[in-house]
Amino acid sequence: MLTKRIVPCLDVKDGRVVKGIQFVDLKDAGDPVELAAFYDEQGADELVFLDISASHEGRETMVEVVEEVAGTLAIPFTVGGGINSLEDMKRVLRAGADKVSLNTAAIKRPELIKEGADFFGSQCIVVAIDAKYDEELGSWRIYTHGGREATDWEVISWAKEAVRLGAGEILLTSMDQDGAKTGFDLALTKAVNAAVTVPVIASGGAGKKEDFADVFVDAKADAALAASIFHYKETSVAEVKTYLKEKGVTVR
Amino acid sequence: MIGIVDYGMGNLHSVSKALERLELEYILTDDIEQLKKTDGLLLPGVGAFPDAMKTLNEMGLTDFLHEWADSGKPLLGICLGMQLLFDESDEHGQTEGLKLLPGRVERFVGHTANGEMYKVPHMGWNKLTFHKPEHKLLQDVEEGHVYFVHSYVVKHQEEDVLLASSEYDVTVPAVVGQKNVMGTQFHPEKSSHVGMSILRNFGELVTQGGESRE
Repeated sequence: MLTKRIVPCLDVKDGRVVKGIQFVDLKDAGDPVELAAFYDEQGADELVFLDISASHEGRETMVEVVEEVAGTLAIPFTVGGGINSLEDMKRVLRAGADKVSLNTAAIKRPELIKEGADFFGSQCIVVAIDAKYDEELGSWRIYTHGGREATDWEVISWAKEAVRLGAGEILLTSMDQDGAKTGFDLALTKAVNAAVTVPVIASGGAGKKEDFADVFVDAKADAALAASIFHYKETSVAEVKTYLKEKGVTVR
Repeated sequence: MIGIVDYGMGNLHSVSKALERLELEYILTDDIEQLKKTDGLLLPGVGAFPDAMKTLNEMGLTDFLHEWADSGKPLLGICLGMQLLFDESDEHGQTEGLKLLPGRVERFVGHTANGEMYKVPHMGWNKLTFHKPEHKLLQDVEEGHVYFVHSYVVKHQEEDVLLASSEYDVTVPAVVGQKNVMGTQFHPEKSSHVGMSILRNFGELVTQGGESRE
């Protein structure tokens, strides 16, 4: 039986992990390779690196990071952030990433999903969706540019379109829950999960280990992503997995 | 020395990095003369079956792989590379495979006999069940979880070929092998310690020189 995946997410800027990493036992809490190995040891099933570099140099550095991570890590990892073209995808995938995550660029030009899927296969193409509930729409609206710009897309129609174009996986972030630490957005996750045939990674809102059980059992997510809860050691991947096993959720 | 067959399909980087971590010597090339000098072959692969076969045929690698299989030296296919070892696939129509192992490759149906939907691709960590734990590839390997990403699955293989499987609505042949021709449907290079032990065992087989098919 396929296990539910726990996916820590690391924000990388100019080759360094940034934003709230509290690891006193690491030599260098900003080193992506060291952190990746740390999460691997804890039993993380997969990792996501989000490149938040603003400069060209920062992006080039990210490729070096990807190479180094690929050299040490024996679990899959995804790279997202700033991937705007087939060339960008080639760069990180050839450096050793297993998947790329497309967000704003895919909304701007949906054909990019197809180009990536045709060239590398759907299994390499993750479409990241930032969604926020919209009263008027009566559903969730898609935002781009890190949640700053609203689009005309409704979440279910965009998720379906992304899969039709070749997305192999959906990384679904709830903007309503993100940072709130009150649990994943179960309604959103459930709705998208029921609409697509590919795996859905739920993201945004993890505050405690119980939240993971909810998103797997109630919302039937295939994987769950979290950042600060792991970085700040509020819980650990190992602890979450032990808890999930007690709750009868199949994990590695 | 292990030869990684570079025919333009797949994540060669992670396979080669895994061999480096295990301190196994390798070359990554599409040059048949160079591959001939190696002691074991890895056939990786991500992508579509028909494209892969077309490329192998055009590069003269199909004939070479047949000669290799007859030579008795070890060959390990990974993911699509494993599927290519079988007779044929129904991916985008009917395509003949390398026919080194009996069986055919079919798409996951996507729903159970009761009409319940399941996700395709089969993506993530699934548990292995060993059928031939005594096989050299599986020696001292934990019957644990490995990482799969695939939409097609080998069916109608001979019982004898199945070394390990996983359950995903249907039984998924996970490790197959007949004499010197072997394959894993999952990605050992991405399967943490379980995958690394399988690659290490393959490295040992290569050092030992494999087993003749005759």
